[in-house]
Amino acid sequence: MLARLASKRLLEIRQAFRQSPQTIRSLSTALNYHIDTPENNPNVPWEFNEANKPKVNEILSHYPSNYKQSAVIPLLDLAQQQHGGWLPVSAMDAVAKVVEVAPIRVYEVATFYSMFNRAKVGKYHLLVCGTTPCMIRGSREIEDALLKHLGVKRNEVTKDGLFSVGEMECMGCCVNAPMITVADYSTGSKGYTYNYYEDVTPKRVVEIVEALKRGEKPPHGTQNPERINCGPAGGNTTLLGEPKPPPCRDLDAC
Amino acid sequence: MGLGSLASRALRSSSSSRVLSTNPRYNLIRTIVSTPELHKPEAATEAASEPDLPKRTPIAGARVHFPNPDDVIEVFVDGYPVKIPKGMTVLQACSVAGVDIPRFCYHDRLSIAGNCRMCLVEVEKSPKPVASCAMPALPGMKIKTDTPIAKKAREGVMEFLLMNHPLDCPICDQGGECDLQDQSMAFGSDRGRFTETKRSVVDKNLGPLVKTVMTRCIQCTRCVRFASEIAGVQDLGMLGRGSGEEIGTYVEKLMTSELSGNVIDICPVGALTSKPFAFKARNWELKGTETIDVTDAVGSNIRIDSRGPEVMRIVPRLNEDINEEWISDKTRFCYDGLKRQRLSDPMIRGADGHFKPVSWRDALAVVAEVLHQVKPEEIVGVAGKLSDAESMMSLKDFLNRMGSNNIWCEGNGKYLDADLRSGYLMNSSISGLEKADCFLLVGTQPRVEAAMVNARIRKTVRATKAKVGYIGPPTDFNYDHDHLGTTPETLAAIADGRHPFSAALSTAKNPAIIIGAGIFDRQDTAAILSLLNSLSAKFKNLITPEWNGLNVLLLNAAQAAALDLGLTPESDSGMESAKFVYLMGADDTNLDDLPKDAFVVYQGHHGDKGVYRANVIFPSTVFSEKEGTYENTEGCVQQTVPAVPTVGDAREDWKITRALSEVCGVRLPYDSISGVRSRIKNVAPNLLRVDEREAAVFSGLLKPEGSEKVSAVPFGVTVENFYMTDAITRASKIMAQCSALLAKK
Repeated sequence: MLARLASKRLLEIRQAFRQSPQTIRSLSTALNYHIDTPENNPNVPWEFNEANKPKVNEILSHYPSNYKQSAVIPLLDLAQQQHGGWLPVSAMDAVAKVVEVAPIRVYEVATFYSMFNRAKVGKYHLLVCGTTPCMIRGSREIEDALLKHLGVKRNEVTKDGLFSVGEMECMGCCVNAPMITVADYSTGSKGYTYNYYEDVTPKRVVEIVEALKRGEKPPHGTQNPERINCGPAGGNTTLLGEPKPPPCRDLDAC
Repeated sequence: MGLGSLASRALRSSSSSRVLSTNPRYNLIRTIVSTPELHKPEAATEAASEPDLPKRTPIAGARVHFPNPDDVIEVFVDGYPVKIPKGMTVLQACSVAGVDIPRFCYHDRLSIAGNCRMCLVEVEKSPKPVASCAMPALPGMKIKTDTPIAKKAREGVMEFLLMNHPLDCPICDQGGECDLQDQSMAFGSDRGRFTETKRSVVDKNLGPLVKTVMTRCIQCTRCVRFASEIAGVQDLGMLGRGSGEEIGTYVEKLMTSELSGNVIDICPVGALTSKPFAFKARNWELKGTETIDVTDAVGSNIRIDSRGPEVMRIVPRLNEDINEEWISDKTRFCYDGLKRQRLSDPMIRGADGHFKPVSWRDALAVVAEVLHQVKPEEIVGVAGKLSDAESMMSLKDFLNRMGSNNIWCEGNGKYLDADLRSGYLMNSSISGLEKADCFLLVGTQPRVEAAMVNARIRKTVRATKAKVGYIGPPTDFNYDHDHLGTTPETLAAIADGRHPFSAALSTAKNPAIIIGAGIFDRQDTAAILSLLNSLSAKFKNLITPEWNGLNVLLLNAAQAAALDLGLTPESDSGMESAKFVYLMGADDTNLDDLPKDAFVVYQGHHGDKGVYRANVIFPSTVFSEKEGTYENTEGCVQQTVPAVPTVGDAREDWKITRALSEVCGVRLPYDSISGVRSRIKNVAPNLLRVDEREAAVFSGLLKPEGSEKVSAVPFGVTVENFYMTDAITRASKIMAQCSALLAKK
C-alpha cells in the first residue's frame, strides 16, 4: 500500500520535472499524413527545372539502371533545394516518376528523414542543435533568442518569408557547442548552402540573422573570435613546437 | 499479516536495489526481474537436453518437401534433431519440430520483415537472441526456444509492444481472435513499466470495407507487404520514424484492391478490422460453417460465421489448390445481400400486375396447368449462375419428362458444346498456373472475373517474371503485361506465327492460354475455339503429357456443373418461340425476345431482375442455406453446407422441381438429396467426388480446323462491375457502397 503511494508520488515528481513531452513537434515532421492545401496538393504541377534536369541525370547515373530507386534521397534533396527548402506532395510524386516507383515508396523516405521538410520553411531555415552538448552550452537560450527576435514560433515562417527556426539533432559540432545551421534556399539549388555557425551566443545569432536579412553572408564556422576552427580559445597551449619526428630508420645510412 | 509488516516490506522494497533483489516477492512495482539462471545459460542448457524426449508433432501439419536430397541439413530444436531442407529459416525449422514460435510480423505468404522481434530464440554460440523468422537455419544449429533467455526476450518485446497499445480490448472487434491478446497471455508479463502517455495515431479512411483504429497498430507491416506483394496495389506504406511511425497512405486514398478485405485477417491486432462487421458480434458467439463461395467460378473455401438465423460474416478457409488463404472482397462482404430482397413466399401475379402471396399448393397447380397447355418444344428452362448441380439435374430431368430439352445455364451461350470437358475447364488447374512461364489471356479480365485466379497469376509473374500477353479491351492489371490487341484477329496472327508473341509462346516450357467465358456469347465462338485447336497443334509445348496449358476461365459457379450435366440448348431459337420459360435463379438472361404471351416461372431466392417478367414466383434457398454441389472452373467439385435456416416458406430448388413434377403427373424418381445424387452419378459421376479435382480425360478441343473466319469484333468487357455480378451481390448494401466508391470509372 505504502509502496504504491510512494511510487505514485515519485511519478508525480517526475511528471512535474519533465518538460511537456511533445510540445510542438516541428510541423514538418509532426504529421505523417498529408493535408491538402491550395499550395500543396497532388494536382499542383511540379517538375525539375531546366537547370536541374542534367543534375537529375547525373544523380541517376550513379546507380545501376535496374536500381533507380537508390537515387530517391539525392533527388528529394535536389527537389527540396529547387522548391525553396520544402517538398510539396507533387514534388515527391515527380521524384517517384523519375525513379519509377509507387509514390508511397517516396513518401515513406521523405517522412522518415527529418531533413526533408514537408511544410513551408523560410528562405533561411535556421536549425538549432538541441542535442545534449549544445543544450548544456545553452542552445535553449539561443533558440529563445531567435524566436523572440523573429517573433515566430518554432517551424513558423516569418511574415516576410525569410526565416524559420527548427530544431535538429546532433550535427557533429559538439566541440564548438552551441551551434546553429543556416540552410540557405534563397537562390534555389544553384546557390544553396548549408552553413554551420558555431560557438554562437544569443547576441551573436541575432547579429547573424540581421546580417542575413541585409543580404550579407556572415562568415560561417566558429563565431568566437578567439578560436580558430575547433582549436582552443586564445591559441594553442600545447604542441607548440615542431613535433618530434618519428624514430625512423635512417635509410640513407645503410 | 499486520499493516505494520506490510508497510515495512513496502518500504524495504522501494529503498533497496530492485534490480538485484533476489526475492521477487518483494518487488511490488518492478515485476520483470533478473533471475540468477539468466546469467548462467549453461545451467539451462543442461536442463533442456534430456536424453529421452516426448514425441512432438509439427505445427499445423507442417510438411517438409526436399527438392534436392543433397540439401538436407539437420538442426536441433530444444534437443530434438530435425531434418530440414537448406534455406529454411529457424522459425520454419522450429515449426517442423513442433514448436510454435510466437510472431507478429512473419507471415508464410509474405516477404520476411523481421521487425516485430517477437520470434526471438536462443541459438547456441550466438551472443544474442536471434530473430528466428529472418535467420536461415544452418547445419548443426542448436536452437533453444524455451530457455530463460528466450522467455525474457519475448517478455521484453511484448512489454515494448504493449507500451503504446491501447487497453481497449473490451471495445475492440479483434477481441477474442487477437494475436496480441493471445500472445500477451502466453508470453507477456502481467504489468508493464511504462508510465508515460500513450501515443495516438490518426485513423485512416481506407474505404467502405476496412475500418482502421491506427492507435492499436504495432507496426508489423503485414498489411503493407500484403498490399504491395499480393494485392498489387502500392497504396499503403510505413510513414515517419521512431515512435511517430505509422501505417498510412500519406495522401488520402481508398484502398482500391479487390483483395483488400484480407488485410483484416492478416492484421495481428485490431488496427484493421471489418467495417461492416464492426460492433456486430463477438467471435465466440458465432457458429462457423465450413462451406464454399459461389459468387464466382473459383469456389473459394470460406467459413460462414452465423449467429442464430443471421450470417454475420464470411472469412476464408485455407485451400492451397484454390484460394490459398485469401478471398476476394465480393466473397467476403456479399453476406448482407443474403438477408435483403429475399423471396419468402410463393407468389402469383394477379390481373392487376401485382404479386399476391399464395400457398405452395396453389402456385404449383397454376404452373402445372399452364405447362400442360403448351407444346413441349415451347418449353424453355434456364438455370441461373448460382445454381447447384442437384437443382440443375432435377430441372433437366423434369423438363425432359415434359418433352423439352431446351435447357441451358446462364453464361454458357448458344454455341458451346459440352462434349469434351477439356473444352470448358481450366485444364492447368488453378495451382498449376504457378508452373506456367508464359500466359496468354484471351478476352478475359481475370482481376474482375476471378480475383483468386488473378492473384495466382500475379504470384507466378512476381516469382518467375513470366511473360503475360493480353488480348481484349484495355483494362487494369496488377502485373506487367503486353497488350497485344483487342480482336480475335490478333489471336489468329499468333496462331499463324505472324505475331511476335508466338516466339514467346513457342520458347516457353509451360505456356498457358486462358480464354474468358465471355467468348461463349460471341457469334464466332466456334471459330475462336478451332483457332485454339490450331494453336495447340502448332505449339507442341501447349499440351504435353505433363502439362495442359489450354484453359477456359469460367465466370459463374454453376457453369462447369451445368456443362457436365449436359445443360446445353437444343435449338438456336430458344426464347423467340417460347411459350413457357422456367427461370431457375436466372437473372441475367435476356428476355427481350420473349413473346408477350409467354408464361414465366421464376424460381429463385432474390427479388432481382428475373422477377420483373415472372408470372409465378417460387421462393428457393441461397447457398448459405442449402446443401449443394458446385464444380469450380478447374473441375474441382465442392459442396456447400447449410449455415443458417431458410427464409419464410422457401424450399431447396430440387425439392420445388420435384414437387412440381408430381403435380404435373411426371413424378421424378427421387425423394431425397442422396436420391438426386445417385441420379447425378449416372450422368456425371465426377460430381460426386467431393473436394477432388477431376481433370479432363481428353486434352484438346477436337474442333475441326477453322472453316469459319473469326470476326473483327473486339472482345468485350465481361464483368462491368466487379462488386455486383449476381442476385446476392446486387442485393447487398456493402457491395453497393463499394461500387459507388471503389469501382473504376
